Amino acid sequence: MKLLGAFFIAIYPMITLADIEYHGDAGVEQRYFFEDAAYPQQQRSNLSGYFSPELYTSFNNGDDSIVLKGFLRVDQQDSERTHVDIRELKWTHAGADWEFQAGIGKVFWGQTESLHLVDIINQTDAVEAIDGEDKLGQPMATFSLFKDWGNTTVYLLPYFRERTFSGLDGHFRAPLPVNTDNSLYESDDEEQHLDWAARWEYSLENWDLGLSYFDGTSREPLFLLDTNESSESSIQPYYPLLQQVGLDALTLVGDWTLKFEGVHRKILDQSTSAFVGGFEYSFVQVFDSFIDVNWLMEYQYDERDTETQAQNDLMLGSRIVFNDIDGTEILIGAVQDLDYPNVRSGFIEASSRINDNWKWRVDGWFFSSDEPSEPTYLIRRDDYLQLSLEYYF
Amino acid sequence: MTNLKSRCCQLLMVLSLVLLLDFNVYAQTAEEKGLEIAKERKARDVGWGDSSADVSMILRNAQGQEVERKMRIKSLEVIGDGDKGLTIFDQPLDVKGAAFLSFSHTNEPDDQWIYLPKRKRVTRIRSKNKSGPFMGSEFAYEDMSSFEIEKFAFKFLREERFDGQACFVVEQIPLDKNSGYTKQVVWLDKKHYRVLKIESYDRKKSLLKELVMEEYELYLNKYWRPLRMEMFNEQNGKSTELVTHNLEFGVGLGKGDFDEARLKNVK
Repeated sequence: MKLLGAFFIAIYPMITLADIEYHGDAGVEQRYFFEDAAYPQQQRSNLSGYFSPELYTSFNNGDDSIVLKGFLRVDQQDSERTHVDIRELKWTHAGADWEFQAGIGKVFWGQTESLHLVDIINQTDAVEAIDGEDKLGQPMATFSLFKDWGNTTVYLLPYFRERTFSGLDGHFRAPLPVNTDNSLYESDDEEQHLDWAARWEYSLENWDLGLSYFDGTSREPLFLLDTNESSESSIQPYYPLLQQVGLDALTLVGDWTLKFEGVHRKILDQSTSAFVGGFEYSFVQVFDSFIDVNWLMEYQYDERDTETQAQNDLMLGSRIVFNDIDGTEILIGAVQDLDYPNVRSGFIEASSRINDNWKWRVDGWFFSSDEPSEPTYLIRRDDYLQLSLEYYF
Repeated sequence: MTNLKSRCCQLLMVLSLVLLLDFNVYAQTAEEKGLEIAKERKARDVGWGDSSADVSMILRNAQGQEVERKMRIKSLEVIGDGDKGLTIFDQPLDVKGAAFLSFSHTNEPDDQWIYLPKRKRVTRIRSKNKSGPFMGSEFAYEDMSSFEIEKFAFKFLREERFDGQACFVVEQIPLDKNSGYTKQVVWLDKKHYRVLKIESYDRKKSLLKELVMEEYELYLNKYWRPLRMEMFNEQNGKSTELVTHNLEFGVGLGKGDFDEARLKNVK
């Protein structure tokens, strides 16, 4: 009887967890493509909508919490872009100076703006946007230790998520379709291969440092040409095994913020390195207003010169923060390939609040490429502007 | 006779001592008196430990239109250094879950970070930006950090009545060159050393903002906290009101609740 009582006392906090927070956002996005499409299936305009609900609850005086974040997109043209994902579904248990998480999660590593080399835990949800910032939920179990000498996290990643690719009706694609039902893996365990990673982060005065290691299936596939019985060709993604050491750093020096990310990778017995580094310089309260103008410049280098567009490129950009009630921000930038003078791209992102629930957003990408050996050649006709209306609840 | 003489002597000594003391009082410079008042203000606020509050921030423009923001503020007293603060935003909804972490320091610039859930990214706020607006309000980031004696040079100006209370008026000049203020004038009531009003002057030395603290409540029988603070921008006609609800002390917060690495898990 006493035992039963103790049991009820023990689970009492869980019974009364009750408080489940529900919120999220949804939006409609209209894209307009400026040029005649490269392939006949593609349309000049596209309407799309998404819904992203989030549920959260905590118990045990906040030491334990569960979060669920779903994502659904419906796309007018591209059936591959119409998709559902569980972005997060994880349980967190926090100790005094440690933490355990299990479930599906999203992790971001790194410091630079124009390229995320070090960030590797989550697969890119490439049908979402060309910038690669959207990620698929990753199954994981993690253990973190927060100490004076830094914060260390070990990740176990038991299941691999394949990258998403545009379908034939979508933009940002190669002439041939990517057959995602027929992906190849270097590991015999295929997507069941147990990946692991570790990261140490340290923050001291004006420095933020990160050192990371990853051992597992590469999130970035190689592409093979595949021809089936009826001699239809398609592209077959091949996911090799990868070991990657990463270093990222940010430091504040006077009015400058310096940022660096570098990786050394080993794929298929080949070692390559890549880095991205640059600075951000802020002019605060320009012209006696509250507007901040930040200039960004980053240089991208990758030893692999054909598989990536960031092999020898320079990004210049500016982020304008209005510091107004509506939180208006504009980011504009351009990336110039230093090997090919005619290969460049430009982007704009702007957003502002309409009221407490609604927000507008404008995104645009512009590409120029006449170099068939460069990956951006495939999307040279995909210049677009997108207007979004987002609802938050 | 000798008795009388010694009595006289004693009297003389006491008199001269009083005179000396009195002289000392007159010899105290305005700077020393300003510092003394600031020290007393800080001393009366030692030992509060930790606190947690729900706060509404009401932004008003010159035309009188207003928008309300909601947030929770957690604070931790740090003995020997500046305090730690964590602000979690609940509204506007598009930044729900965003968190602002601030470590005030006595002898070096404050450390501040902001976490935006949409990007899952923690970014440092440069100390150069400390004069920038906090969440589009009339409060600057530097107005959100804790009061530390080492951050200012003080000067006692005068005594006067404000809001029906006898007050000290003290000038404080920020020592950090990144501060957006060249001078602040602070009204403190003589009885409790509570700040009732702060006037802040911009880099061109003209009056920029006036902060008024109202509805002081006593907590733990010792610590006074204003439940209403209103910041008026004297130059653009905008104002921001911070209204505190449910302020609680001793909620069991520790250093681990103010960790940069855990900003991602803050809800």
